Amino acid sequence: MAVTDEARVAEPAPFWIERIPTPYWLVGIVLLVIPAFSSDFVMFQIFGWTFILGIIALSLMFLAGYGGMVSLVQMSIAGMAGYMVAIFGISAIETISQGWPWYVAIPLALAVAVLFGTLAGWLAVRTEGIYTIMITLAIASAFFYFTRQNYVIFNGFSGFNGVLPPMLFGIDWRGPEAFYYLTLFWAAACYLAVLYVSRAPFGLALQGVRDNPRRMAALGYNVTGHRVAAYAFAALIAGIGGILLTWQSAQISPGTAGIGPVIDILVIAVIGGLRHPVGPFIGAFIYVLLKTFALDALVAVGLSGERFQLLIGVGFLIIVFWSPDGILGLWEKWRAARGRDPLLDRGGDGP
Amino acid sequence: MNAFAKRHPVWTAMIAIAAAALLWMIFAIWPAWLVDLIGRKKIFLNALFNGITLGGLYFLVASGFTLIFGLMRNVNLAHGSLYLLGGYIGYVFAEWTGYWLIAFPAAFIIVGAFGILLQLFVFRRMEGQDLRQTLVTIGISIVMADLMLWIWGGDFYNIAAPSWLSGPMETFLVTGVKRSSGDLIFLKYPLVRIVIFLAALVIGVGMWLLLNRTRVGMLVRAGVDDLDMLSATGARIQLVFLGVFAFGAGLAGVAGVVGGTFQSVAPGEDVRFLLASLVVVIVGGMGSIPGAALGALLIGLAEQFGSVYFPTYAVVLTFLIMVLVLAFRPQGLLGRA
Repeated sequence: MAVTDEARVAEPAPFWIERIPTPYWLVGIVLLVIPAFSSDFVMFQIFGWTFILGIIALSLMFLAGYGGMVSLVQMSIAGMAGYMVAIFGISAIETISQGWPWYVAIPLALAVAVLFGTLAGWLAVRTEGIYTIMITLAIASAFFYFTRQNYVIFNGFSGFNGVLPPMLFGIDWRGPEAFYYLTLFWAAACYLAVLYVSRAPFGLALQGVRDNPRRMAALGYNVTGHRVAAYAFAALIAGIGGILLTWQSAQISPGTAGIGPVIDILVIAVIGGLRHPVGPFIGAFIYVLLKTFALDALVAVGLSGERFQLLIGVGFLIIVFWSPDGILGLWEKWRAARGRDPLLDRGGDGP
Repeated sequence: MNAFAKRHPVWTAMIAIAAAALLWMIFAIWPAWLVDLIGRKKIFLNALFNGITLGGLYFLVASGFTLIFGLMRNVNLAHGSLYLLGGYIGYVFAEWTGYWLIAFPAAFIIVGAFGILLQLFVFRRMEGQDLRQTLVTIGISIVMADLMLWIWGGDFYNIAAPSWLSGPMETFLVTGVKRSSGDLIFLKYPLVRIVIFLAALVIGVGMWLLLNRTRVGMLVRAGVDDLDMLSATGARIQLVFLGVFAFGAGLAGVAGVVGGTFQSVAPGEDVRFLLASLVVVIVGGMGSIPGAALGALLIGLAEQFGSVYFPTYAVVLTFLIMVLVLAFRPQGLLGRA
């Protein structure tokens, strides 16, 4: 997705741009030119939302895929970042909002989100495997109930409205095109960051911790430290997603990070696939398409549009049942089956 | 008990003092300064009783959850949905037959049978893959929640207790003294809640006896300790799994009827009780029945006292307990490390 104009002036000598695989060029160019022929609704509501949900689900994918920790707290971290932007920055609730400029409010919001994520991670890493799901689910619901009850800081049930992105460079960043590119930029940045970290020493050590914590501990790695650091990094990504989400709907309330959305993020990440950072974005795209068009589709087959949850649930069940690796797993299966030599019964890649 | 007292003399003393203080607060007539400090005794006693009875309800839900987890390492996140299904089935049968007591076996059998189907067709196919099982239970709970919303709508249902159980019961606990005549005022408490709490107590003791005094219980306990070794000795482990899952699910169904009598049956209760049982088993210790009882009591009391004495943060209080337990005793109060 790192597409720049340098593509055309690429030199014949081995250059880093040349090492970018073809699919990246294709997807990147398509994503860059989409605003040219799509409506405002598609840009803002479908793609903008896809990128945002993808970013938040990406943070879950990072923890689950590379760290082996399925954390349901990511949506709450995103919500925390959104709340902090509303509280430190400008919102319609002037009694609580501090009204600080964006270059103070946003870093502060991200810092609080990272702190919250680190604390939640520090609690969650005391347990393993399925316990982590339960504990993070409990923390997420505590966050939901706390924000709903607290009126001094979080403004209770109604939350904050009128939370708008700053007018940087004289552009209204909530305009469809500007918002599309804003979310695309951050989605690409987070995607590349996760990809980079997964190949950096820290990410490799994290994957080692996932596969065999005892051996990594014996090798001298600080297992708990790596896990908590992974939570902190994931919290940063979730925080970015949360701020964008708050800007998109221009409001934040307890329902934004309620139990439903928390589960939805897990559904998105699992449907897409937890093996590769592109999975969450695929999952988010499917989820957004379903959420937007399920109503019409359900009415068309004679069911009432309220059965959207049923559709999502059944789809999720089917995916988990037949392909635990999500859509990406299906894709890999299909490729393996296609590449197989019927005579040798071997994969097509190797001899 | 003695070993604990020898190892932690300070803790034992503190627990004993707290218990004595609690007993005094329950039985004594409160002096004026205490009333000024924390309000009237009637409020305190009501919160205490509500907490204990709510704990009984939580225990019914959480014991099935913890039993299934302990044996099969399956975090059944659809447990709240089983609870809600039990509530709806209990309501339907109670309305249909007119007998409140019919609701209990009906909910137990139908929800238990549903549990058997789940175990046969879903969990058995992905044994040992606990993460995948957990994800599947999330999917099932989403589907079930929407199906139940489809069938029964978003209304609140209340399962009416029979007339011989309705109304308050005079207890022997004194709440105060009448200023005019000097007579003692006794606490009145809904009879149905006391009966249901006693029933929860009986079920709890019955489960303990079943687990610790029978052959089936021995099989279950052996399975919790070492599943592979148990199946190697020739026990029909799949049958044990099936039985435990059916029993755990049936208990959730019965708890649904109890909850429907206590409070109400409505969409959203499934998530509430799932979270409650999660917190209960995290606090009490995963896979431990006495732990579930202790956790349920603590959480029930915390919720009720919280809602009386700090109404804004009542829910947060229960999570605070969970966080404290996690920070200092990650395996739960009665869990094994």
